[in-house]
Amino acid sequence: MDAGEKVMEIIAREQHLDPSKVTMDATFAELGIDSLDGVNILFALEEEFKIDIPDAVAQNMKSVRQVVDSLTRVLEGKDVSDLAAMAKGGTPAVSN
Amino acid sequence: MRRVVITGMGVFSSTGKNRDPFFQSLVQGRSGVRTISQFDSSSLSIKIAAEIADYNPEDYFPSKRLDVLDKFAQFALIAAREAMASSGIAIREEERPRFGVVMGSGMGGAGSYDAGYHNLYAKQATRLHPFTIPRIMHNAATSHICMEFGAQGPALATATACSSSGHAIGEAFHLIKFGLADVMLAGGADAPITYGVMRCWEAVRVLSSGNGNPATACRPFSADRRGMVIGEGSGVLLLEELDHATRRGAKIYAELAGFGMSSDASHITQPTVDGPARAIRMALDEAGHRPEEVDYINAHGTGTRLNDSTETQVIKAVFKDHARKVAISSTKSMHGHMMGATGAAELVATVMALERGVIPPTANYTQPDPECDLDYVPNQAREKPIRVALSNSFAFGGLNAVLLVRRWG
Repeated sequence: MDAGEKVMEIIAREQHLDPSKVTMDATFAELGIDSLDGVNILFALEEEFKIDIPDAVAQNMKSVRQVVDSLTRVLEGKDVSDLAAMAKGGTPAVSN
Repeated sequence: MRRVVITGMGVFSSTGKNRDPFFQSLVQGRSGVRTISQFDSSSLSIKIAAEIADYNPEDYFPSKRLDVLDKFAQFALIAAREAMASSGIAIREEERPRFGVVMGSGMGGAGSYDAGYHNLYAKQATRLHPFTIPRIMHNAATSHICMEFGAQGPALATATACSSSGHAIGEAFHLIKFGLADVMLAGGADAPITYGVMRCWEAVRVLSSGNGNPATACRPFSADRRGMVIGEGSGVLLLEELDHATRRGAKIYAELAGFGMSSDASHITQPTVDGPARAIRMALDEAGHRPEEVDYINAHGTGTRLNDSTETQVIKAVFKDHARKVAISSTKSMHGHMMGATGAAELVATVMALERGVIPPTANYTQPDPECDLDYVPNQAREKPIRVALSNSFAFGGLNAVLLVRRWG
């Protein structure tokens, strides 16, 4: 199973969604994933892959494909600072 | 209608261990945020907090008494003592049933939970200390204040996360206004800087790491804001029915004239515009003020992207054209988010601003954000006569508390 399939499986599991609905092209908005759900999915990914996903990278994840791309790069140990830069001004997980 | 005035105030915080140094630090833009020293924070991704430096409980309590006091209750008592002393009040025996306490706390005895469960799970202990329950309970702060000062009237605790002390003060205000008490101590206390609690907050991904410079970590309303900073401490105010205060010749710091509370009924962490806006309108209505009469708003202003842009929309929704004229600042930029204590500490800052005609700034403001385009009193304190001011508290869970104070005399 590649990272993409695993990500889709985890998103479906954490969101209690029919796995067929979770496609590579689906956005978080389409899947009804709000910011707190997003934090929960990141946590599940971190647990599954035994990695840390930095906050600045996390803020850039708004679709299944973005999650897979970012995750792949974190797994390959690549520099993710450009993702962090892109996330500047992005939406945070939660408020208050 | 009975009126309620503030005749005593106390604060214990990272920016000052009583109200004068607390307010001085805020006016000077001095931050209390630093690297956590009360436990080894090296493994955390967030290693900073607005921590009270050099806190030695034995300076305040005999060791026997400390056995039953979690740190949050210690903080509560320290600020309550200052509030009582600053009021000069002496409660007569027969007045005690009309003297009450409402204290808020978001986390209660978090440090005692942490230590107890560490023994249980990590060290395989099979018993916990018998004082664990009296230490951790949220009402411990209220009860210890009642015992120390002989308050036998209405007494309760509020637990509405970041709004806890806003609600505590508002409830105490209404207890006096509606005739159930004459004198109330009200505020909040929290001691959330523990390994376990910091791990909980880390997981929510709303904390600023500070990137090596703790003092500038919290930047409310600035385009480069990166999240909130956890703080600890307490704030307590003495509220008194006007005639009671006048009869004894009390110094009146301000009138507490309005309290609004509302629920977003929307999402467990994301705020709405409508909920907080309704709370502000309620506070204005109760006090009989129009929005354009408000001179200063001590904002909730946590420093997260979403809070600060949403709060800006809230202020625009209520104040319309006046939104651009009212001075707004977030003192959390310096004393951090003191959780259940924050509303009380911020109300003390608001009252002192009103008394002295000096607005403490929003520290660490570096660049304008198109989504936050009001007057946040950036970086420099401002001299300005204030007649009416608001203190906003908007909690996780969508529970909002807004207090309105008015200059006396």
